[in-house]
Amino acid sequence: MAESAPSRLKAYVRAIGVLGPGLRDWPSAVAVLAGREPYTPAPTEAPPPVTLPPAERRRVGATVRLALSAAQQALAATDLDVAQLATVFAASGGDGAICHEFCATLASSDRQISPTRFHNSVHNAASGYWSIAMRSTAPSTALSAYDGSFAAGLLEALAQLTVRTAPVLLVSYDSAYPEPLHAKRPIAAAFACALLLAPRPETGTCARIEAALVQAPGDTLEDEPLESLRRGVPAARGLPLLRQLARGERGRVVIDYLPGLQLALEVVP
Amino acid sequence: MRPLALSHFTATSAIGRGLEATLAALRAGRGALAPCAFETVALETWIGEVPQVDAIRLPAPLARFDCRNNRLAQLALAQDGFIAAVEACAARYGPRRIGVFLGTSTSGTLQTELAYRRRGPDGALPEDFVYAGTHNPFSLGDFVRRSLALEGPAAVVSTACSSSAKVFGSAARLIEAGVIDAAVVGGVDSLCLTTLYGFHALQLVARDPCRPFDVARDGISIGEAAAFALLEPLASDAPPGTVRLTGVGESSDAYHMSSPHPDGLGARAAMLGALAEAGRRPEDIDYINLHGTGTPSNDAAEARAVASLFGTRVPVSSTKGATGHTLGAAGALEAVISALALRHALAPAGINTTTPDPALAVDYLTDNRAQELACVLSNSFGFGGSNCSLLLERSRG
Repeated sequence: MAESAPSRLKAYVRAIGVLGPGLRDWPSAVAVLAGREPYTPAPTEAPPPVTLPPAERRRVGATVRLALSAAQQALAATDLDVAQLATVFAASGGDGAICHEFCATLASSDRQISPTRFHNSVHNAASGYWSIAMRSTAPSTALSAYDGSFAAGLLEALAQLTVRTAPVLLVSYDSAYPEPLHAKRPIAAAFACALLLAPRPETGTCARIEAALVQAPGDTLEDEPLESLRRGVPAARGLPLLRQLARGERGRVVIDYLPGLQLALEVVP
Repeated sequence: MRPLALSHFTATSAIGRGLEATLAALRAGRGALAPCAFETVALETWIGEVPQVDAIRLPAPLARFDCRNNRLAQLALAQDGFIAAVEACAARYGPRRIGVFLGTSTSGTLQTELAYRRRGPDGALPEDFVYAGTHNPFSLGDFVRRSLALEGPAAVVSTACSSSAKVFGSAARLIEAGVIDAAVVGGVDSLCLTTLYGFHALQLVARDPCRPFDVARDGISIGEAAAFALLEPLASDAPPGTVRLTGVGESSDAYHMSSPHPDGLGARAAMLGALAEAGRRPEDIDYINLHGTGTPSNDAAEARAVASLFGTRVPVSSTKGATGHTLGAAGALEAVISALALRHALAPAGINTTTPDPALAVDYLTDNRAQELACVLSNSFGFGGSNCSLLLERSRG
């Protein structure tokens, strides 16, 4: 039973979007993650998705807004043909508010649920609204690996990029459930990040990353509020990678994936 | 893409546990839809319920995963020697080199719906409700990975009704990139109130057993299923007739959250993508297992897409009249049905359909057709405009 050598997946990070508690965009996150400014948590504010047609804009929930905001940040400064850009949406769960509303309604005597809310309840709601907003007919997927959803999404994005030799946008996001689900799945805050990954270096590329599956302890963050964010939100499990990218230094980071399996990333600015 | 072998596969749906029962039902044109008597659901509709899922018990160490969806997963894994095949595969490659990529739309949501009825006076969910093991989409992936003692990468794709078709692509890419050597792919979706009442709210549910592509079709019948396949590189000494995955086509409609593009542009792009990956032309295709849900607009859009590429030359059918629409499990279930079609030279009829809609310009099969099949497409399209088409092949003779 020979185990072959782990394969490496390589990509160039072209742009980054971040939205989280006290982190309004990538430049502000860089200052915090590089240690130039203190981290001060504050409620996450996701702007309405201006690229959606008005009818759709009214319908989307907070989770979709969060995902689309981070995605749009990452694409703001690129000249890519977004209509042809493949996307990977990674989230631990779907829209918590809708889930609570449905379960409460279905436990009551009147089981009428809203048709619009029903189609917004799917795990791929952000993916669907993104393709509508961007008129993107490119492949788009939506996945979950519970607390390892960021790593699972990154692995999927890197595999797509490697096989198709084309850029991929990864969007990882999670928001808190309302009670009583929150007590059972205490996601600490709304957090999203987006990485625009490309198979070749181009103007504006900030780093090369090489990924491999490993068995090694996942990196933690020294700053306690940031570490709480990392532990408290599955999408924020990617913070050690974002910190390395923010510092602009060469190094290796290990991010949590599944029990007994992590994703190691060599970062080369 | 480099072709991969479906070296082992199995399916359990309302029409049967395992391949033998599934094939027998297809051969007999026997469906399994019945008037809905599920749980406390009070809707006039027909459903494809798998019998005796409630009787399944999970092994004690995996008790925290107990919910209808994982019981159905366990029931299906136990058929057709699938577990032994995975064990043999793990012995060949090592458990860390085998991935698990599964699709579901609602995972163990029924468990949460039931827990909400047992909320305490303070509104809290009961002590015994385990979110991670039941409700979360990854509950399915975690449960199956642990059940099969696999240690490689895993994820659950949840793109509504294309979920368990898209996992074939995710697994194939990781194999091609050399990250893993083989993968367990599949899909499991089980009945719950959210989908039954949700599709009802969208007025997409048929009152009678669904009749895909019929002139009088009026909606879907919801079903449940679990289907699994073991994907691995095609061995040089693979048995003749081994079913291969040769193409996966994926696209987005970019049109509407719950209605397909009226001309089926996304469906067409997915089928073209699968053909391109396989290096095949439309004239190579011998049968198409349609998404064919039975709603007026879905079938019309898919028919336009199929007609634009294949005309009336290729026999097509939807097996959802027999199984119901198994949502997140449909991609994997129908990939397995397509593999059976290839293996047993049977293009299965779309049952319940008596008068194919003359406005849908395709060769819709209302009777089984016994014929050698070498190339089969299986279509799966979901909410959010998520489309996936799989191309499966079997060498002739």
